[in-house]
Amino acid sequence: MTKLIRPSRRRFLHGTALAGAALATPTFFTRGAWAQDFCNNPTGSTVTLGFNVPQTGPYAEEGKDELRAFELAVQHLNGEGDGGMMATFKPSNLTGNGVLGKKVEFVTGDTQTKSDAARASARRMIEKDKVIMVSGGSSSGVAVAVQSLCQEMGVVFMAGLTHSNDTTGKDKRRYGFRHFFNAYQSGVALGSVLAEAYGKDRRAYHLTADYTWGWTQEESIKNATEAQGWETAQAVRTPLGAGDFSQYLTPVLNSGADVLILNHYGGDMVNSLTQAVQFGMRDKQVNGKQFEIVVPLYSELMAEGAGENVKGIFGTSNWSWQLDNDGSKAFAKSFGQAYGRPPSQAAHTCYVQTLLYANAVETAGTFAPPEVIKALEGFEFDGMGNGPTLYRAEDHQCFKDVLVVKGNDNPTSQFDLLSVYKVVGRDEVTYDPSIFGGELGPYDGGTCAG
Amino acid sequence: MDAILLQILNGLDKGGAYALIALGLTLTFGTLGVVNFAHGALFMLGAFCVVGVQQLLTLAERVRDPSITFFEAYIEQPYLVSWFGDTGAMIIDWVIPISLLLAIPIMLLVGIVMERGLIRFFYKRPHAEQILVTFGLAIVLAEIIKGWFGANPIPVQPPEIVRGSADIAAWFGLDANLSYPWWRLIYLAASLLIIASVFAFLNLTTYGMVVRAGMADRETVQLLGINIQRRFTIVFGLAAVVAGLAGALYTGIQPPNYNIGMEFLVLSFVVVVVGGMGSLPGAVAAGFLLGMLQSFASLNEVKSLLPGIDQVIIYLVAVVVLLTRPRGLMGRKGVMEA
Repeated sequence: MTKLIRPSRRRFLHGTALAGAALATPTFFTRGAWAQDFCNNPTGSTVTLGFNVPQTGPYAEEGKDELRAFELAVQHLNGEGDGGMMATFKPSNLTGNGVLGKKVEFVTGDTQTKSDAARASARRMIEKDKVIMVSGGSSSGVAVAVQSLCQEMGVVFMAGLTHSNDTTGKDKRRYGFRHFFNAYQSGVALGSVLAEAYGKDRRAYHLTADYTWGWTQEESIKNATEAQGWETAQAVRTPLGAGDFSQYLTPVLNSGADVLILNHYGGDMVNSLTQAVQFGMRDKQVNGKQFEIVVPLYSELMAEGAGENVKGIFGTSNWSWQLDNDGSKAFAKSFGQAYGRPPSQAAHTCYVQTLLYANAVETAGTFAPPEVIKALEGFEFDGMGNGPTLYRAEDHQCFKDVLVVKGNDNPTSQFDLLSVYKVVGRDEVTYDPSIFGGELGPYDGGTCAG
Repeated sequence: MDAILLQILNGLDKGGAYALIALGLTLTFGTLGVVNFAHGALFMLGAFCVVGVQQLLTLAERVRDPSITFFEAYIEQPYLVSWFGDTGAMIIDWVIPISLLLAIPIMLLVGIVMERGLIRFFYKRPHAEQILVTFGLAIVLAEIIKGWFGANPIPVQPPEIVRGSADIAAWFGLDANLSYPWWRLIYLAASLLIIASVFAFLNLTTYGMVVRAGMADRETVQLLGINIQRRFTIVFGLAAVVAGLAGALYTGIQPPNYNIGMEFLVLSFVVVVVGGMGSLPGAVAAGFLLGMLQSFASLNEVKSLLPGIDQVIIYLVAVVVLLTRPRGLMGRKGVMEA
C-alpha cells in the first residue's frame, strides 16, 4: 500500500548527526547559564517569573483565578495599582520598585492538570523564557511533579493550590515551598466540628479522586473522623475527570452510610456534588439520622459551579475574602476593583506566594536560589490574611489558622456562598514534620537542565 | 435487593446514552458505508445547542450588587427576567426542553451539510481515509466550540421540577429504599422513545422500506429508478439528529465541554463493534448491555474482588466478543469484510 522510504547510509548518518546536534543544543545554553553561578540569573533590567496554571482540564476555573492574582501581584511588585497586601505584609523588604530594582515580568503556561504537560510547560519556561522562579498549579499531582523538576534544574518553585500531604511530606523538596494548607490540617480542623454538628455515631462513605491528593485527604479525614468515634463504611476511588459519577453514587444509597464525604475538587466536585444532590441524598434519612454530605476541601469557584447544592455543607478553606483583617480586606478590595469579583483561595495563595518570593529575594539581596531558600526557611510573617504565619524550615510548609466553612443558607450576593464557621488555631493544626517522612535534599546542585 | 435494582436502573440509564450514540453511528455505517469518527462531535454539537440557547436566553444586563461595598460588584440580570419577571425566569428554567425543539432542525441541517459538503466525496475511498477525514473534522469542530465557548464545562440545569429524585419504591407500593433522579429517568424514557421512533421509521414507513432495501442492495434499488443517494443523505441527517438529541439531553446530567464528544466516541465504537457492524438492533442491545455491565462492575463487592474492573470492563468485553464472535453479537455477514 505505502512504500517504505529507504534512506541511503550517507543520508542516514547525515540526519543522525543533525539530530544529535539539535538534541544537544539545550545543553550548550545551560553550559552558558551555569557560568552565571545559578540557573537563569537575570542580567538585564527585568526579571521573569513563570506562572504555570491549569488553563484547561477539571481545574481550569482555579487556574483562571490564579492568573488574575499573579497579574495583580506583579503589578503591585512593580509599584502599580493600589499595592494590595504590600501595605499590610510585615516584616517586609518590598519596595514597590520591582525586585532588586529589576522590573518584574511574567510568562504563563498551561499545566492541563496533567503532570507530564505541567513538567513540559515548566521546562519550557525555564529553558526558553529564562524564568527565575516557577509558581502556580491547582493539583497536587502537578505540584509534586513540577517541584521535583525544579529541584533538578535549580529553580525555586512556589506551589499554588496543592493540598496533598505529600507535597511537603514524602515528596518535599529543598526548592519547593507551599503556603497552602494540607489534608492533614483539614482533617484536624474538620473532625471536631463534624462530631459536634452531626454526632459521634456516624458511618461515612468516601468517594475519592484517584491521585496523590485524594489518597492523602481520604486518609487524613478518615483518621480524624474515626478518632471522633465515626465508622468508615467504604472508601471508593474514582478516576479524575469521570464526568458521570452515577455508578459510584448508587451504591452509597444502600450502604448503610449516613454521611457522604466527597474527596473531589474543582470540576469533579461540581459534578459529583450536583449528581449526589440529584440522587436525593440531601433529603434522605438513614439510621434514623439526616443524611449529610461533606466536602473537606472547599473552593468558592466550586461553590459557584454547584450553585444551590452547597447550602449547609461543611468543608475547610485556606482563606476567605470575607475574613475581617487588614490583609484580607486590602487584597479583596484590590482584586475586586481589578476584576469585578472577589478572589478565591487559589488566587490568594498564589498572590501571597509571589510576594513572599520577592520579599525573600530582597532579604537575601540576590536571586541566587540557595540564599533565597534560606531567607524563606523559618520566615515568620503577618498581614497576609491568615494571621501570624510560619514557613517551617523542616518541610517548607506554612503554619497558620485553618478555616472551617459552611455553605450559606441565605446568600446575600452571588459571591456570598460560603461563610466562615470556625477558625481553628495554628497550634491545633501544627504537627511533627517527621510523621510524613521525606527528604528536602541539597541547596546546591541544580543543573538548569534537569 | 434494593442495591441490585438501583444498579439495574443505573445501567439502563447509562445504556440509554450509549445505545443512542451507537444507533446513529450504525445508521450512517449501514446506509452510507462510512465509518464516521465525527459522530462524537455531533453529540457534542447537540449539547452545545443547549449551551447556545442558554446563553441567548440569559443575555444579561449588569446591575450593581449593593451587598458588596468595598469594590464595585455587579450581578448579571438576564433581560428576560428584567422584562417578564417570573415568566422570564421560567423560560430560562426550561432551557433544555426548549433547546431540544431547536436542536432537531439544527442537527438535521448540520448532518445534511456535512454529508453533502464532505462525506460524499469519500464513499468510494478506503475506510482508513474515511476515518482520517472524519476524525480530522471532529478535531476541527471541537476546536471551534472551544474557541467560541471556552474549555471549561458549562453548567446547565434541568427544569426545577425534575431536578430532584423520584421515589420509585412508592410508585409500586414497595417498602424499599429506591429513588432515582428524575432527569435520568427522563433521559432513559427519551432514549427509548427515540430508538423506537427510528425503528418505526425504518420498518413501518415506505420511505424506511426503500432505505432498508438500499442498505441491502444499493445497485438494484438504483436500477429501479430510485434516487437512493438522496434518501441516504436524509438518513445521515437523521443520524445527526439522534446524536444531537442524545447530547442535548445529556447536558442535564453532566455539564458539557468541548471534549465530551471524544469521551463518548471511543465508547460508542466499542458498542458498535460489540453489537455488530451494521446491525441496528445489535447497537441498541450492546449499548444497554455495556451500560449495565459498567454499572455492576462499579459495585464495591465486585471491585474488591477485581480492583479497577469498573474502568476496563467495557474493553474486556469487547476483546472477548471479538475473539469468540468476530462479527459482534448480531453482526451481518459481509460487512467490513471485503
